Amino acid sequence: MEAPRSASRFLPRKAFDTLLSALRDGGYDCAAPVVRDGAVVYTRLQAHDLLPSGISIQQAPGHYRVEFTDSPRNFSWANGPQALKPFVFTASEPLWSVRRDPDGELRFTEADTSQDPVAIIGVRSCDLAALALQDRHFLGGDCVDPHYQARRASLFLVAVNCSHPSDTCFCVSTGDGPTASDGYDLLLDELDDGFVIQAGSSAGQNLLERLPLASPTGKQLQDITRQNLHAAECQARRLPPGNLEPALFANLDHPHWQTVAERCLSCGNCTSVCPTCFCYRELDRGSLDPDRSEHVREWDSCFTQGHSYIHGVTIRAGTDLRYRQWLTHKLGSWHSQYGRSGCVGCGRCISWCPVGIDLTEEVAMIVGGAS
Amino acid sequence: MAGAKTRVAVHKFSSCDGCQLAFLNMGEALLTLFEQVELVHFAEAGPLNPGTVVDISFVEGSLSTAADLQRIRAIRANSDFLVTLGACATAGGLQALRNIADKGDWVASVYATPETISLLENVTPISAQVKVDLEIHGCPVNSRQVTATLRSLLAGITPLDERDKLCLECKRRQHVCVMVTQGMPCMGPVTRTGCGALCPGIGRDCYACYGAAENINMSSLGRHFSTLQLNPAQISHRFVSFNSADPAFTPEPAADTARDD
Repeated sequence: MEAPRSASRFLPRKAFDTLLSALRDGGYDCAAPVVRDGAVVYTRLQAHDLLPSGISIQQAPGHYRVEFTDSPRNFSWANGPQALKPFVFTASEPLWSVRRDPDGELRFTEADTSQDPVAIIGVRSCDLAALALQDRHFLGGDCVDPHYQARRASLFLVAVNCSHPSDTCFCVSTGDGPTASDGYDLLLDELDDGFVIQAGSSAGQNLLERLPLASPTGKQLQDITRQNLHAAECQARRLPPGNLEPALFANLDHPHWQTVAERCLSCGNCTSVCPTCFCYRELDRGSLDPDRSEHVREWDSCFTQGHSYIHGVTIRAGTDLRYRQWLTHKLGSWHSQYGRSGCVGCGRCISWCPVGIDLTEEVAMIVGGAS
Repeated sequence: MAGAKTRVAVHKFSSCDGCQLAFLNMGEALLTLFEQVELVHFAEAGPLNPGTVVDISFVEGSLSTAADLQRIRAIRANSDFLVTLGACATAGGLQALRNIADKGDWVASVYATPETISLLENVTPISAQVKVDLEIHGCPVNSRQVTATLRSLLAGITPLDERDKLCLECKRRQHVCVMVTQGMPCMGPVTRTGCGALCPGIGRDCYACYGAAENINMSSLGRHFSTLQLNPAQISHRFVSFNSADPAFTPEPAADTARDD
């Protein structure tokens, strides 16, 4: 789907606050990246809150460190542990509740799906690609997920082309970055003195018209072209090209699955931070009141025992089979299921793996192409 | 269990009494509970009928003396369903650390008249001596766990066994990983969920008070701790604390990856 594009305009840094004000005036809560507990995470901004500047992030396998520089920039970093996933596919939520009336009748009540509009500031192209994949999963086909749908419809997305990929990033090799092509309402390119800004939707265009914009200079446009080129060229990690489904399924008995299992903690951190992983489990939360119960769903992972527990049998008891399930689905059978790989190259599974397992290395060992 | 109220007893062995607070801390929910159960024995709360027959016994504490053995067998015989409550009853607790120390020295250093203490050779969890129908893990357990267990048992369904890794709960709560961002030796990747990821939520590392999760990889986590500048003794201490009598946390080089059955 080709997004409507506006001409590039320029928003001076000192006027960035007008963007936040215009969003608030438009009825949006603003969620923006701030540093909390040593990582960049989204937080709802209060009125008059400013975005932090000078954040610099070092990422490596199993390693994430935030430093502050005197740079005036707000987005000179790659990503934090969250993508857009927690905004649309909530980690834990009630689906329905049930009450037994005094006459013995069971009355079911669906959970409220209404959502207040929220503008998310600083979305990256990999996260937009992941959102499009989650859209396909939760909204595609005949069974639309009303909870996801309501949250998705409440979003206004202010994307930023990624100027500072981390060492763990490989979005170029998956075709999902570092620049965004569609799926946003507004798109920023950040320079020291401000932002080149364009709209990608009519809602974005309407908002753009309320900002004190200038025309970008030729130098500013050259600078962002150079910046985007550098962000692509600096990425050293890559996934093997093409559809890996045949190669992965031809290697189900590869000894390397067991080699990975000797390091893998089967802890599920990779799937939790993965912006496209969508597995959940459902369970009932009873209170001591025997006449009430609540049915909830929460993030699950193919690394749990319960994920493959079927009719008294845990099909994937060992870590080798659980890791194999993750990788063969994410990089393999997603192609049959959704028409592309489930990996957008954000590198979160590498950084947030406690023991630093790097899927680009592991898949290369299994399908060939390891350096 | 329909009709008459379910008869419940709460017993205690070697322990700090903290897990029993999971009942007392329920507050107003206790009123709802008492509409459905009759609490026939619970020394910490008042009722005393240790030898009575009940539907469900909750047992706190580990077994450390000869007298304990007699008592737990009687409790088992009197109970339709026996639930262990917390790390001591389920995995030995802190007092099981004496299994790997010189018992004589420890007793002499603690008691004025050590000769009056009839110690078992080893402190054991309840399941080492009698059949246990359900184990609730944690040091201490919390009211949410006890409530969920009671709700399930009163409804006649099998309580959910919460044995996933703590990391899953930690990430669901959107806590930031203290190991990846600060290099803390967090035990979350081998520890059972259930506490609500309390420690990482306040910026400290999990210390495994809920015991071993399913399918853990101690070797890999231990190797990683060594890269975080922990020495072998420090790494060992991370695993041997509240749940030292849990075989899953017993270092055996060739059996580090506990397979699910």
